[in-house]
Amino acid sequence: MEEEIMTDKRPIISTGGRGGASGSKKTLPMPVRYAINAVLVLLVLVVGELMIDGGAITRYQSTVLEQVGVYIILAVSLNIATGYLGQLPLGHAGFMSVGAYGCAIFVMRMAEVLGVGARDFTTGTPLTVLLVIGGLLVGGLCAAVAGIIIGIPALRLKGDYLAIITLAFAEIIRVVMLNIDSVLGFKLTGGAKGLTGIPGYSSFLLVFACVAIVCFLIHTMMKSRHGRAILAIRDNEIAAEATGVNTTYYKTLAFVASAFFAGMAGGLYAGCIGVLQPAYFGFMKSIEILVMVVLGGMGSMLGSALSATVLTILPEALRAFSEYRMIAYAIVLILVMIFRPQGLLGSYDFSLSRIIERVMNRDFPWKKKDDAPADAAKGEEVSADV
Amino acid sequence: MSSEKKKHRSVLVQMETPNLIPERDLGTIPVLQAEHLGIDFGGLTAVDDFNIAMGRTEISGLIGPNGAGKTTIFNLLTNVYQPTRGTVLVDGYDTAGKSVAEVNRMGIARTFQNIRLFSQMTVEQNVLVGFGNTMKTHLITDMLRLPGHWKQEAEFHDRALELLDIFDMRKYADTQAGNLPYGAQRRLEILRALATSPKVLLLDEPAAGMNPAETEELMENIQKIRDEFQIAILLIEHDMSLVMGVCEVVGVLDYGKIIAKGTPEQIQNDPRVIEAYLGKQEVK
Amino acid sequence: MDIFLSQVLNGLQLGSIYALVALGYTMVYGIILLLNFAHGDIIMVGAYVSWLVMAQLGLNPVLAILLSIVACTLMGVIIDKVAYAPLRNAPRLSILITAIGVSYFLENGAQLVFGADPKVVPAFTDISTINLGGLALSFPAVVTVLVTIVATVALTLLVQKSKLGKAMRAVSEDMGAARLMGINVNSTISFTFAVGSALAGIGAVLYAMAYTQASPTMGMMLGTKAFVAAVLGGIGSIPGAVVGGLIVGFAEMIVTWLGLSVWKDAVVFLLLIIVLIVRPTGIFGRTMSEKV
Repeated sequence: MEEEIMTDKRPIISTGGRGGASGSKKTLPMPVRYAINAVLVLLVLVVGELMIDGGAITRYQSTVLEQVGVYIILAVSLNIATGYLGQLPLGHAGFMSVGAYGCAIFVMRMAEVLGVGARDFTTGTPLTVLLVIGGLLVGGLCAAVAGIIIGIPALRLKGDYLAIITLAFAEIIRVVMLNIDSVLGFKLTGGAKGLTGIPGYSSFLLVFACVAIVCFLIHTMMKSRHGRAILAIRDNEIAAEATGVNTTYYKTLAFVASAFFAGMAGGLYAGCIGVLQPAYFGFMKSIEILVMVVLGGMGSMLGSALSATVLTILPEALRAFSEYRMIAYAIVLILVMIFRPQGLLGSYDFSLSRIIERVMNRDFPWKKKDDAPADAAKGEEVSADV
Repeated sequence: MSSEKKKHRSVLVQMETPNLIPERDLGTIPVLQAEHLGIDFGGLTAVDDFNIAMGRTEISGLIGPNGAGKTTIFNLLTNVYQPTRGTVLVDGYDTAGKSVAEVNRMGIARTFQNIRLFSQMTVEQNVLVGFGNTMKTHLITDMLRLPGHWKQEAEFHDRALELLDIFDMRKYADTQAGNLPYGAQRRLEILRALATSPKVLLLDEPAAGMNPAETEELMENIQKIRDEFQIAILLIEHDMSLVMGVCEVVGVLDYGKIIAKGTPEQIQNDPRVIEAYLGKQEVK
Repeated sequence: MDIFLSQVLNGLQLGSIYALVALGYTMVYGIILLLNFAHGDIIMVGAYVSWLVMAQLGLNPVLAILLSIVACTLMGVIIDKVAYAPLRNAPRLSILITAIGVSYFLENGAQLVFGADPKVVPAFTDISTINLGGLALSFPAVVTVLVTIVATVALTLLVQKSKLGKAMRAVSEDMGAARLMGINVNSTISFTFAVGSALAGIGAVLYAMAYTQASPTMGMMLGTKAFVAAVLGGIGSIPGAVVGGLIVGFAEMIVTWLGLSVWKDAVVFLLLIIVLIVRPTGIFGRTMSEKV
């Protein structure tokens, strides 16, 4: 809901021929748009929380929901680098793991120092809230630093080579997480056995508040001069440079932002499952996240979020058929790519405000068939040329 | 980003080569100077000893047969290719070692022979990318939607539309650039270049694919841009009516070398030019 | 001295297997610019066929070798026809995701059919060592190295001299122009997949000979490493794939020898990163720059 497209104040004339309507269109002022979305987000959070408290959502279901939230953040953050910047990083799980370990270790160590018990995290005190927020930021920052370290050499390369080098970095991160303890001589990550005893600080409320914030921040970044520079690089890097876009800076920015949010998601993930093992963050995890982005439609935040939701819930729902579910998953993946290579939503993004405006303007799809398809058409032409 | 804030080194070089500059531009330093510019591609000399000095409001043309190295010169002037030898000065500042984006910020904007728009972005967004370096909001201001963001977006929204008005393209503002008709795409490329507030505008075959009426209009527009923005324009073009119609100075390039330079009249009657285009004719 | 030599041979053996698999990656990438993620899983299929023929059906090892190669070849061609061919003009990312889908499919299919536990592939031959001038060398290792040399030479001849090889090079250079010159692009691509997969089949047999195991996920790490080898050597280049494979094999051997085997994956990937930073197109790769 946060991902509305800023269309206000422009005289809306499109080649599609809705022409002549300019000036007379009713639009929602920006504060109203944000207010509507903020209220909706709050509503979802409150209703969800009430349902969990009231028992309408079981403990198990709410855990699945938390994971859904984590994957939404992972998918929308990867979408910055793939959909918006037009690159193909294959190491998103690497950033996630750096963030997960960073956050978990920070929270655990700080809790030890401050004498906060694991139970306090589940009930939630002001101190634990601060600790967790701090932990998520630390996790994000660790991942962002990893993003800079990886991005600077990787972004000099193009296309597939960038994909390969990010894959390589993520694998190195995994091996380091696995063996760092023996080098350091003390217990940091817990090696293959994993980091255990992470307090279960993630809750429905925390995860989805983070989802809302991350989506908002990505949205506002992309709808600004910075975001336009990133999109320009995707569309035509040479032209972007000739138009004065500092391509190195903006590529790194997109990459680092993507890593930062992935790190945050990792932090939430750690608090969600309580144990971290390097094996969780292998190459297949990166691929899983990439699949979510591509299936949903590159460059569509809503698409990423939707497919993250479906692809997280579906395997859980299909547990009874667990033997066949991965095969089914693979077949669906192949079929979608063959029949809808641009992803399910293309680059279409949902905007509640736009719908309200259309109602205000009595401009319904069944009356005139041009503006909405203009957006859909945009999706059709997304060529994810990497 | 630090590069944006860095002061350009002030290098003023006394140019040796005599150059043609419109009288009105005398007394100011040339806005674009190239001296002995050249590049080799693995032993092959693509451009050799290219010299130019452009007055601040001069319109010049670069003509020559296909493969003569015209686009290569644009690539050298904008640092898309690193010159093997020679110097380029923009408004007196050396472009050596600068990135393409930095050269743009120093004052050279260009269009491309094969149109390079941000085709999935709208027309207005294309122009706004050009304004990107004039806009100054910090990332945080934009991401948190602080008042500065709204003020700036509104201001540049207006400026973008005004710029689009030059070519009567306001009506296309929300159209996806890739969906524009061909001629409009060429015009948008020029507007996007103008949005970067250049001192010199390089146009690579702006009339390619246009019909005579459109070319006529383009000629007027080129002059209009020069008059309104007071900038220099260097263009590559095969359409002689356009070159002879708007250019004050014309250079002829053949095999990477300037073989003739002068006013359109001089060029039209230069035997070397005729030879380059039509081949040598043995006259007994 | 003996230990040193056998270590070198180990490195050569491992490197040769990587090289064979890397050749498949390189050929497919060279012709349709696809990172064929399913390539590693084709090896897994080959290893299972070997196991099936020898351990389950109790048939002759020679038959097992032949059937493994045939199965891999068919698998490669079918995958191309079913999953990749419909996407020839689609964005490259879509084909990449499809390849990932195929890889998932093969891995999970194998798990469903054969179970998650590794199967033990019986030895192809009783000979375990051969004597060469007083040195006892591991027979599988020697065979692996020899087979790889022969396969590489044959492949080079095929690509350089044969009509189909010329068609392959033409298609990889410019698909549209090749089509206009009367080359059947689709069958050329199928042929490329067939050759690449046959090499994977040979690799599968050699792998099974060396490590006597088949498991559903065996193709993943092997495939990734071979892929690293292909990129290291310069993707699209046959000598590049071989050199890359040997480098990766030796790097792993040396790291293991130093007692740091837990770091060997990291070393291989680090090597890749360093090479890519110094030479962005790999050791033998050609630089392609966009024309402005």
